[in-house]
Amino acid sequence: MPTRPHPGLVIDGFRLGEKLHSGGFATIWAVTHPDHALPMVMKVPTILDGQDGPTIVGFEVEQMIMPRLSGSHVPKVIGLGDFDVMPYIVTEKIEGDSFLQVFQRAPLPLSDVIEIAARMVAAVADLHRQQVIHLDLKPENFLQRRTGEMVVVDYGLSRHDQLPDLLAEEFTIPMGTFPFIAPEQYLRCRDDLRSDIFALGAMIYALATGRNPWGMPTTLRGVRKRLWRDPEPPRAIRPEIPEWLQEIILRALAVDPMRRYQTAAQLAFDLGHPQQVKLTARAHKLKRDGWLRVWDRWRYMRKIRRFAAPDTVAGQLASVPVIVVAVDVSPDGEALAGALRTAVKRMLTLEPDARVACVNVIRTARLGIEQGTDDQGNNLHVMRLVALKSWADSIELPDHRLTYTVLESHDPGQAILNYATANHVNHILMGARGHSTARRYLGSVSAQVVAEAECSVTVIRLPEAREAREAPKA
Amino acid sequence: MKLAVLTDIHANREAFQAVLDDAAAHGADRLVLLGDLVGYGPDPEWCCETAAQLVLDGAIAVRGNHDSAACGADEGMSALAGQAMDWTRGRLTDAHRRFLAGLPLTATREDALFVHASACHPQDWSYVTSDRRAAPSFRAVTARLILCGHTHVPLLVSADRTGMVRAQSFRTGLAIPLLTSRRWLAVVGAVGQPRDGVAQAGWALVDTARNHLTFRRTPYDVAVTAGKLRALGLPEALALRLVQGR
Repeated sequence: MPTRPHPGLVIDGFRLGEKLHSGGFATIWAVTHPDHALPMVMKVPTILDGQDGPTIVGFEVEQMIMPRLSGSHVPKVIGLGDFDVMPYIVTEKIEGDSFLQVFQRAPLPLSDVIEIAARMVAAVADLHRQQVIHLDLKPENFLQRRTGEMVVVDYGLSRHDQLPDLLAEEFTIPMGTFPFIAPEQYLRCRDDLRSDIFALGAMIYALATGRNPWGMPTTLRGVRKRLWRDPEPPRAIRPEIPEWLQEIILRALAVDPMRRYQTAAQLAFDLGHPQQVKLTARAHKLKRDGWLRVWDRWRYMRKIRRFAAPDTVAGQLASVPVIVVAVDVSPDGEALAGALRTAVKRMLTLEPDARVACVNVIRTARLGIEQGTDDQGNNLHVMRLVALKSWADSIELPDHRLTYTVLESHDPGQAILNYATANHVNHILMGARGHSTARRYLGSVSAQVVAEAECSVTVIRLPEAREAREAPKA
Repeated sequence: MKLAVLTDIHANREAFQAVLDDAAAHGADRLVLLGDLVGYGPDPEWCCETAAQLVLDGAIAVRGNHDSAACGADEGMSALAGQAMDWTRGRLTDAHRRFLAGLPLTATREDALFVHASACHPQDWSYVTSDRRAAPSFRAVTARLILCGHTHVPLLVSADRTGMVRAQSFRTGLAIPLLTSRRWLAVVGAVGQPRDGVAQAGWALVDTARNHLTFRRTPYDVAVTAGKLRALGLPEALALRLVQGR
């Protein structure tokens, strides 16, 4: 006889307290345990007697995936319950509310939309890095820690790219939440991380406009329409939405996954560099497509059975990397900057879909004396930006894949590292000058970046510098 | 405990040795041999003797159809397998035959069952090639984990709480959690003659403490084994099969 949860029940040392939530598929309970001091919750699936396949499999999926996740964007798992007695998952309690309330207040001020969007995207990028596609992203599944990090919950429909997909052949209908489900999920594809990008796009749309892009469909027929019917452009609903934000939202909502952002990191990058988002016809659109275009799309889309999905999550993340190039544009760094540019071009032949972010750091005085202008009174920031653009002139990439950023910091190495972390960068390229005396005492920027970066780092040196160093020994 | 599960060694000394080394490198504490130590390959004596020593040292071993055939049993075989078996019989001594004949058809440890082919009527040597063909095994025994071989192609199948039997996708080299809410069957591949297009020895590592199973592939010097087959004048198809992994 399986055990049913009730207040006061003690199971594997966990004592159930108050029932916090009762949903369609599960109940959530406050629990305590003598060995664990932190506030915890227990999720117990509502398994009806007999053959409740979907609930059971969904819960097995959560039990399989959640213990493999780590980091601040997922709830920490404390315990799992056996199906023979009572299946459950105990996790730390995330004190903040879900974002459902926030979404109910939408449309939000644009600064809030951008800030919340960036944090949601960062959380999803972290899941993807851990090989997990969520596949049921919706406002209710985002919680917020007291410290501000977004936490993603409910992995019952998720797919871990390296584990068996228990849900793959189990059911014949598409699974997901209708307002946010991607077209390929409607076609029953469960292995494309870009499905999460689509759901993020739908949520950013909702935050910005106060509406869901395709309303609240209640039938699969209603869901299917998004394969050919474009949503109302956000700027038609709320004219103060900037064109760049509409560009980002509509790109994330592209029907064909190939036409969306290819990774959450790329979406995050555009949210963080609004002035460098490349505007297309999407950005200027003020009404939905006319009936003829929609009809053409319908004729094509109604026959489509699947979109091409990437081989693996890790492969997808690696194939569209964000590469940071830290460039020294000072006159004595000219030769090295040239070598760095050659290295970037070479790398782009191997990584044709990469996005390159050129970064230059203005070293400021530690004591915070403003050095915004040089002796002649020129604006340093603008001068560096111009120099950076001229350095990148012969790198042949479309504008939207090449960006320029000038940072100011008394610690250039740390500034590069912070930029790389904030932008989910895959690879840093930078030059290293020879071992001059000054360098020996001041420490080298490249050495600091190599030692502390969370991603790959390639350091470019000039052959001459090597000879110069060897010369005194001879 | 970490179990290294090997099957269908098929007298391939190079592959067998490579997997034994690899298993040790991965911290395996116990070996399981799921049958077909001999047949097809050029080193039946060495493989028999090595297996016998491993069993003395605590390995679990069960008998396969080629092992039975080598002891004189009339197992229906393809022309190619039959040709190799005639040669194998001539190489083995009574001692080898006594060891092979003495192996059981199944073995169990805790909640795991080891068998060469299907767990349903093991002596019939039915091929477990799909979830549909795995279903009788789940019905025939109560073990939570069934490990077998015989098909030379790795396969993972689970039976959920409602009795639904489904093949599960997996990636070689990555640990698969064997959820306790289900029963599992794994065909661990073949050490000595893989047939899934990968010319590397196939086996599995089962971590009983963490309840994980990992399908593994170990490269070995295929050219040496193929060269031996050719030098012995055995059918070229056998050598080609090793080189292509088909």
